[in-house]
Amino acid sequence: MKKFMLILMMFLSSTLSRAEDLDIGNIIFEHVLDSYEWHITEWKGEPVAIHLPVILIDDGIHTFNSKHILETGSYERWHIAPAGAPHEGKIVREDGTKPFDISITKNVLQLFINAFLLVLIILLCARWYRKHDALKEHPTGIAALMEPLIMMIHDMARENIGEEDYRRYSPYLLTAFLFILLSNIIGIIPFFPGGANLTGNIACTLVLALFTFFTVNLTGTKHYYKEIISPDVPGVLKPLMAVIETFSALVKPLSLTIRLFANMLAGHIQILCMVCIIFIMGKMGIAMTGGATLISVLFGIFLDVLEILISFIQAYIFTMLSSIYIGMARTKGE
Amino acid sequence: MNLITPDTGLLFWMVLIFGIVFFILAKWGFPAITGMVDKRNAHIDESLKLAEEARVRMSELAKEQEALIAQTRQEQGRILKEAAQARSEILAQAKEDAQAQTAQMVQKAREQIDNERETALRDIRRQVALLSVDVAEKVLRSRLSDDSEQQALIGRLSEEATRENHKS
Repeated sequence: MKKFMLILMMFLSSTLSRAEDLDIGNIIFEHVLDSYEWHITEWKGEPVAIHLPVILIDDGIHTFNSKHILETGSYERWHIAPAGAPHEGKIVREDGTKPFDISITKNVLQLFINAFLLVLIILLCARWYRKHDALKEHPTGIAALMEPLIMMIHDMARENIGEEDYRRYSPYLLTAFLFILLSNIIGIIPFFPGGANLTGNIACTLVLALFTFFTVNLTGTKHYYKEIISPDVPGVLKPLMAVIETFSALVKPLSLTIRLFANMLAGHIQILCMVCIIFIMGKMGIAMTGGATLISVLFGIFLDVLEILISFIQAYIFTMLSSIYIGMARTKGE
Repeated sequence: MNLITPDTGLLFWMVLIFGIVFFILAKWGFPAITGMVDKRNAHIDESLKLAEEARVRMSELAKEQEALIAQTRQEQGRILKEAAQARSEILAQAKEDAQAQTAQMVQKAREQIDNERETALRDIRRQVALLSVDVAEKVLRSRLSDDSEQQALIGRLSEEATRENHKS
């Protein structure tokens, strides 16, 4: 282990001598934000990246390789908005307005990968249960891995929603939980098939929270709606309470969005900072670099492990709150 | 602020993909798994209940068996005691019988011996009577060989006979 550390330090010190004038903020934001290409590594000074397709809906569907627009900064009548402009880093028209951009960006590709993995894992797991008699054998392989997680959420749904309806909601809660967990964990993996900051992107968490919001508010019982529109309070307070209740119903998905987004984003930024310290210290001589590297690597390991824990906790919290909200909406009245 | 503005493209894809994933998994994924596991849990509960019932029944059976064994043992003791009693009774009876028979036989033997002795005595007595008659004849014959003697005897006899007559 010590030898490994030494080699790592020497390697880093030698590569670091090339790194001059690092813009740490930029590096970090590049990593946590979406992009039109998936930068994998650098090889002999040349960046190795996957150029993803750009899809624009702007008087018709236009698709082209992002390579063209990234190299020159503009392609046909679109260009990438410069720093400080309203849609910084996005493809915009000549007048600076944004077309409907459904490009396969880094996060979208990550979304595809995660969705594919999740479907694969769960269908394989379901296949095990179809092929085997679960009454006679204990689950093996993928089924043994997934069963505790699935049953944990399934039981949580039963506890929070109630014996009558929980079967209707448990597939949604399971999908949300496993999707978030998988995305969180894949987000920690620092190289290609993972590493995109999907659950640390507010669009992703917003959609998840909206799914919960609509599930809660479109399937509520009449008691639930009555509690919002006409709460059981004395006459004068009624309109006030109705406003508060409505506001609280609207804020719930917002809090779900921000909680997951902020936690995952912060986790990514923390780890990136730890790595960046090495590069900052790289300019301060070999002893400083060595010491900083050692500390950074140790902290980095610690943060990575912590991040795995947080991945699970955040997925769990999101699902638990969703199930509690659904349970509240399924109230049968006193 | 790129960081906190939701990107429409990702929103679009996220709704689409998450919707599809949810649809697929809700249709073919989770219900199969949770249904099976719920079934298994029910099965396990059922089995546990059955096992508990079986256990209770077993203990009842064991108790019954114990009671049965105790009863049998008692019965055995009783039978053994009875048998011992019967044996001693039979022995006593046999002893009594034997004694009675022996006594009878001894009695019979004694009677026979008595009879024999009687006969023998009678025989002896007859022999002795015959012998004494013979002896008396011989003595008389030797005494009466001489006349004076004969005279004396006749005299004595006649005297006796007279005396007898006198008396009568």
